[in-house]
Amino acid sequence: MKLLAIDSSGLVASAAILEDGLLCAEYTICHKKTHSQTLMPMISEIAGMAELDLQTLDAIAVAGGPGSFTGLRIGSASAKGIADVLGIPIVSVPTVDALAYNLFGTRGLIVPMMDARRSQVYTGLYRFDEANHFLVEKEQWPAGIEELISILNEKGETVTFLGDGVPVFRERLDEGLLVPHSYAPAHLARQRAGAVGALGEEYFREGRYSSAADHRPVYLRKSQAERVRDEKAASAMG
Amino acid sequence: MTINEIEKEPIKTGERQEKACQDILILGIESSCDETAASLVRNGREVLSNVISSQIDIHTLYGGVVPEIASRKHIERISQVVSQALKDAGKSYGDLSAIGVTYGPGLVGPLLIGVSYAKAACFAAGLPLIGVNHIEGHIAANYIEHPDLRPPFLCLVVSGGHTHLVRVLSYGKYEILGRTQDDAAGEAFDKVARAIGLGYPGGPKIDAAAREGNPDAIRFPRAHVADHEYDFSFSGLKSAVLNYLNSEKMKRHAAENAGRTNSETGSKGDVTEAGRGEEIPPIDIHDIAASFQKAVVDVLVENSMKAADRTGDRVLALAGGVASNSALRQALEKACTERGIAFYRPSPVYCTDNAAMIGSAAYYAFIRGERSALDLNAIPGLRLGE
Repeated sequence: MKLLAIDSSGLVASAAILEDGLLCAEYTICHKKTHSQTLMPMISEIAGMAELDLQTLDAIAVAGGPGSFTGLRIGSASAKGIADVLGIPIVSVPTVDALAYNLFGTRGLIVPMMDARRSQVYTGLYRFDEANHFLVEKEQWPAGIEELISILNEKGETVTFLGDGVPVFRERLDEGLLVPHSYAPAHLARQRAGAVGALGEEYFREGRYSSAADHRPVYLRKSQAERVRDEKAASAMG
Repeated sequence: MTINEIEKEPIKTGERQEKACQDILILGIESSCDETAASLVRNGREVLSNVISSQIDIHTLYGGVVPEIASRKHIERISQVVSQALKDAGKSYGDLSAIGVTYGPGLVGPLLIGVSYAKAACFAAGLPLIGVNHIEGHIAANYIEHPDLRPPFLCLVVSGGHTHLVRVLSYGKYEILGRTQDDAAGEAFDKVARAIGLGYPGGPKIDAAAREGNPDAIRFPRAHVADHEYDFSFSGLKSAVLNYLNSEKMKRHAAENAGRTNSETGSKGDVTEAGRGEEIPPIDIHDIAASFQKAVVDVLVENSMKAADRTGDRVLALAGGVASNSALRQALEKACTERGIAFYRPSPVYCTDNAAMIGSAAYYAFIRGERSALDLNAIPGLRLGE
């Protein structure tokens, strides 16, 4: 099977082509956040270099969220445009799952963290069992940093962190954590479309995909306007 | 062939002539504000399908368009809207000559959905991409129903975000005579409608309320901009309406208080009689709506006619969401008839944001050989002629 994978959920823009368990091409750039200008030329570039015949693609895998609202939509809209023309489905891979999958085979807990502003991170708890099956121990959710620290201290296991939340909260983690922990190295520390595609292959085989029309990003957060409206409604009720 | 290759390869004259003889079928995509729209347009003027998915119900809850909510709705609907447009026209991607998409001006989040989708679809289908200016689209809306309309002509573009008086010199070439210095006309409609309790969207609500009011009841100011005789300014008018509203409310409040004091003290006789004599009728929002609307329309018509007299243009076209306003249509029609100027305006469905107008504008850009690359970005403040 052949997949085109996209991740534009954060500062990283990344595109990859995978075929039957092999990464044929990957283009990852972590520079300025101008995904609307860079993502499609990147896809076009790797498609040309890897001589990809678009008609042979089985699906598009996309980092489905959470992440930057605009970044997620650029990725999703691009995936939809390609998928609609080719008549193929979209595999929406949770962004935090894909980040965790970067650390295949790691022992102990894998805890990706994406800076969600307002002292929060988008995170989740993951592990690979003895047979290296990928286990989602706690699905991705927006957590306060103190909440996350106390959960990890309670678990009492070795933790490996990665993601763009690390530089933001590293000091706080080192202070607050009572468990052995470390941070992923440069080549594994951020979103990579290769990981989105690799996990996307698994999800596709499990039937976890949708039509382009039905695909929508997962924000894990309401818009500011909706939050304000909900608060007003709640205080009116109370 | 990828888009980049098409870009690098100049279109040969022979090829262009041959293409001009064939039918050019363009898929237009529009998502600059709160309408997700797609349309198939043949040869710039024949609309084969025109699908518009409006989000107005959601934004009404918030009293105006919320960009983040609009963006979320666009991404949920873009595929359905495009495939419906293809289906309604009985066409597939293989039948298309190009895709045209609005890349500005507008709200950046919403714009990015259409732009990203269109780029990806062009890449996958091997089609040329054409970025279209939204205002240019509104102007082109006039080509759809008027086969005889050809540049040069004068065009008044009025919508929620834009107020432009433009000379269309030829297809795609514009001379901007005037623009608003502050609020767009449609914006003023929205703000005044909110102030007098009509709610969102202001344009149609004021139009309806004004039909039951007296346009000469209140004399609101007509702003003229010094040194820029074709420019517009509506923020002063909006403030005048708000001030009028406040002072009328205060008058009634004072009268009410006076009445209450009298009855509270239980005094009957002279004072109460005097109070009754001063009784003020309730504020008539219909009169405010009609008088405000007339002030806007007067300035729009006056500047347009001044420009027509000066430039000698004998054709005036109206475009944009506010072009649906009945008072504006009537006043422009009357002024044009008096001067022997031919007056064109789109049907309401082509006044509101739609993708047929984008397909039409894209056609003329396509014919000129204009192509956009895959790094096309959304430009929220895009100006006409850039």
